[in-house]
Amino acid sequence: MAGAADTAPKRGRFAPYGLLSPGIIWLILFFLVPVAILLRASLSSQPERFVPDDLRFKWKWSNFSNALNRFGPQFQDAMRNALIAAVVVAVIIAAVVVLRRGLWHSTRARRLLIGALVAGFFGAYIITSTVDGWGDHFQRSFLYAGIATLLCIAIGYPLAYVIAFRGGAYKNLLLGLVVVPFFTTYLIRTIAWKTILFDNGPVVDILQSIGVLGDSGRLLATPGAVIGGLAYNFLPFMVLPIYVSLEKIDVNLVDAARDLYSSPARAFRKVVLPLSLPGIFAGTLLTFIPASGDFINAELLGSPTTSMIGNVVQNQFLVQLDYPTAAALSFVLMAIITIAVLIYAKALGTEDLTG
Amino acid sequence: MTTVERAVGGPAPVEVQRSFPPPWLRRGGSWLLNIYAVLGLVYLFIPIFVIVAFSFNAEETKFNFTWDGFTFDNWAHPFAEQGLVDAFVLSLEIAAIATAVAVVLGGLVALALTRYRFRGSALVNLFLVLPLTTPEIVLGASLASLFIAKTYPSPVPDSRGFLAILIAHVMFCVSFVALTVKARLRGFDWTLEDAAMDLGAGPVRTFTKVTLPLMLPGIMAAALLSFALSLDDFIITLFNSGDQTTFPIYIYGAAQRAIPPQIQVLSSMILIVSVGILATGTFVGRRRERAATS
Repeated sequence: MAGAADTAPKRGRFAPYGLLSPGIIWLILFFLVPVAILLRASLSSQPERFVPDDLRFKWKWSNFSNALNRFGPQFQDAMRNALIAAVVVAVIIAAVVVLRRGLWHSTRARRLLIGALVAGFFGAYIITSTVDGWGDHFQRSFLYAGIATLLCIAIGYPLAYVIAFRGGAYKNLLLGLVVVPFFTTYLIRTIAWKTILFDNGPVVDILQSIGVLGDSGRLLATPGAVIGGLAYNFLPFMVLPIYVSLEKIDVNLVDAARDLYSSPARAFRKVVLPLSLPGIFAGTLLTFIPASGDFINAELLGSPTTSMIGNVVQNQFLVQLDYPTAAALSFVLMAIITIAVLIYAKALGTEDLTG
Repeated sequence: MTTVERAVGGPAPVEVQRSFPPPWLRRGGSWLLNIYAVLGLVYLFIPIFVIVAFSFNAEETKFNFTWDGFTFDNWAHPFAEQGLVDAFVLSLEIAAIATAVAVVLGGLVALALTRYRFRGSALVNLFLVLPLTTPEIVLGASLASLFIAKTYPSPVPDSRGFLAILIAHVMFCVSFVALTVKARLRGFDWTLEDAAMDLGAGPVRTFTKVTLPLMLPGIMAAALLSFALSLDDFIITLFNSGDQTTFPIYIYGAAQRAIPPQIQVLSSMILIVSVGILATGTFVGRRRERAATS
């Protein structure tokens, strides 16, 4: 095998930019520019009538506060909740760091923890200072998406672990089995869950007869159904990155830990888990972000009392045609997520983020 | 190099090296973990069973939610719903074109990022990730406001429609393709290109005979991924579809009006085709490996 220096990428002056430009220009034109237009829309007033070629742009900062206030009557409660949540997260992280000094000694884990801490405080800062109100819908979005993400880790990590370390010759087949259900359309899968959880369906009947649900109890139209749907639909986005990071682990490291009289549990905690953290974080992003903006699960499996911020944006944009409000709401969602992502990316390095 | 290793180490050298999980774990309570993982896989397949089962449902109500009896009728007439067929064909068309464009654009980006070291590559890496870390609803709304920008904020007339869907799909597929191909190209031995050049091949010949064939597995994986993503995309498409009805949008409409069982039949067909592709891929991979070892 050739030495590392020989296989290293070439230095390029113009060629790389030439190769990059078509794709990157496409992304600039159809990702960056639209987002800028959306930002502009979120700050403009809606004119009374249609005037061709005249956008009649007027600054209207109050779109943000109006939009948020309209959908956020419980501003005071929410602000308090957000602060409490941020403090709890910070305390838990601090406790983990103090108790698990081994984790602290790993540079990457340390960077991750600092990143998480900063993100938590920064998030709380945005929530409490710039945002005028914090809607029920925002709260529900992040709550449901958060719980769904945790469920995905709980189901996905062991699955990825077993495939990576015990899959043997069947590794690719097992990975394929994880992906295959997702070749059926997203909406169809969600409709299938609606069929399963249907009010007169066998699952509800059984749960009613053994007394878990009351006689008029339902599974559909509950937060549980929405969270379950989200967790199901984004599970492969958790399994695949975790699998990739577990697969990269050099088993000799585990053997070394075992040779040095580490118990299997300890070897897992000190070697495997820290090395798979990038996978967990990438999976968390790939699960949490789409889940927090999703409206299909809330629409098909939920009720108006479980509707999320995605439902509001969709309704405002496509039904009410109130673009400024829709734009302002999407921007708040995107701003919070982008800041968190940038901090995580800084802590992780983008290389790891993309697997 | 892999060939040599396999020839020396026997058919499954990886298994020999691997002492993890340790025997303790393997023998002891490890079956619990295996069962948990199997349950996870079963969970993934629960709705799939329901979809396939309900494609055989003798539907009596408007919505395909209750089991009314077994029938082959739906499979005998899978294309009975004209609107559904049109929507499905439109989705296939869009997926095919979007994939073709995205593979070229994304493949070039991946090539630039792995083949060269240059200023700003970290920024490009970050930029590629951004569309994937932006909620779909924001992407959909922002693209829609681009396509109605001329007349903004009046909703009519706007330029949303076939081309808008295509542009949107290429946009998110480019990122996926670039990242997938890039991941496959990492650690690629670029001296092979120099070797080809030294042996008298021109740059074009080197690319078509050396670089492209070596990129091909990554490109194939990326193409499959982006085809599937495009076929399945709903949220971004809904915002930019105009008067076009793709497969997911048809289903969305059907979920509010009436769900013909043909939807389940077509979904089962997609499933069968993708399982077929997966099985073929595994089979071909195995055979190639066996050919390499013998």
